[in-house]
Amino acid sequence: MAKIQINGRKIAIKQNFSILDILKKYKLNRKKVAIELNGKILPQDRYNNKKLKNNDKIEIVQFIGGG
Amino acid sequence: MKKDIFKIDKEIFKSRLIVGTGKYKNLGETAKAIKSSGADMVTVAVRRVNIADKKKPLLMDYINPKKFFYLPNTAGCFNSKDALRTLRLAREIGGWKMVKLEILGDKKTLYPDMIETLKTTQVLVREGFKVLVYCTDDPLHAKKLEDLGASAIMPLAAPIGSGLGIHNKLNISLIIENSKVPVIIDAGIGTASDATIAMEMGCDGVLVNSAIALAKKPVQMAEAFKYAVISGRKSFLAGRMKKNNFASASSPKQGLIS
Repeated sequence: MAKIQINGRKIAIKQNFSILDILKKYKLNRKKVAIELNGKILPQDRYNNKKLKNNDKIEIVQFIGGG
Repeated sequence: MKKDIFKIDKEIFKSRLIVGTGKYKNLGETAKAIKSSGADMVTVAVRRVNIADKKKPLLMDYINPKKFFYLPNTAGCFNSKDALRTLRLAREIGGWKMVKLEILGDKKTLYPDMIETLKTTQVLVREGFKVLVYCTDDPLHAKKLEDLGASAIMPLAAPIGSGLGIHNKLNISLIIENSKVPVIIDAGIGTASDATIAMEMGCDGVLVNSAIALAKKPVQMAEAFKYAVISGRKSFLAGRMKKNNFASASSPKQGLIS
């Protein structure tokens, strides 16, 4: 188990969980979001092989209505 | 007659009306209003995904980014760091480079912080972004933004969401006169005629959100804005008559009955 933070919420994940697994878990379409891992943008082509570790901080953002 | 083209950087748009996608009752209403406005560019905000609600509807499912040009904004950012972070993330979602920069300086008026705005414009331009900049109606700042490489200058008509219309026509005119890049009125438009006035003055475009979304019938108001912008543009191109301080009869005096 590893404890990580997504969008300010603390969650526990299995060992060797990848960003792609996170997207699957929350039913998110990779083409409709952008991800920051520990303050740095993670390019889409790295979602698959980027394994998460304890205390990682993830921000997942999307477009919403705005002016 | 030369074709009237609305071009920002290298992008060509059919409509000179840009619409915001916030403040609507729901995404269904947003989509209908956007369609009825005839706009081909929409502004969008960047926010955290709600991971607690997997079924929350997505803007992208209602407004197809392949059909509408998404212009990501930095709404809610009060400093350069947050604005840069937001726009870099936005670029990652869509791959777009055209963005709307707005850095607010005060929570009550949502007035732009021009020092942070100028600084951030410079960084974004250097990173290859095409930046449409929300700014004060100060002609000097507008010119500085252009010199820094902004793709469009977007002065406010009045504070965001106020619906007060253009408050300083003189400044807006000076900005239009001095600018080689498009001038788009952003913020403060209250009703369709405000958009017509802006376009008649020679603005290249108008950005509207609240005036449509908060109208009693947003879809109908969106259509009103579509025609208001077309009307104002045509009137500007046609060139208004000279103002006189005396009357001038429209019917000939010749052949009067008595």
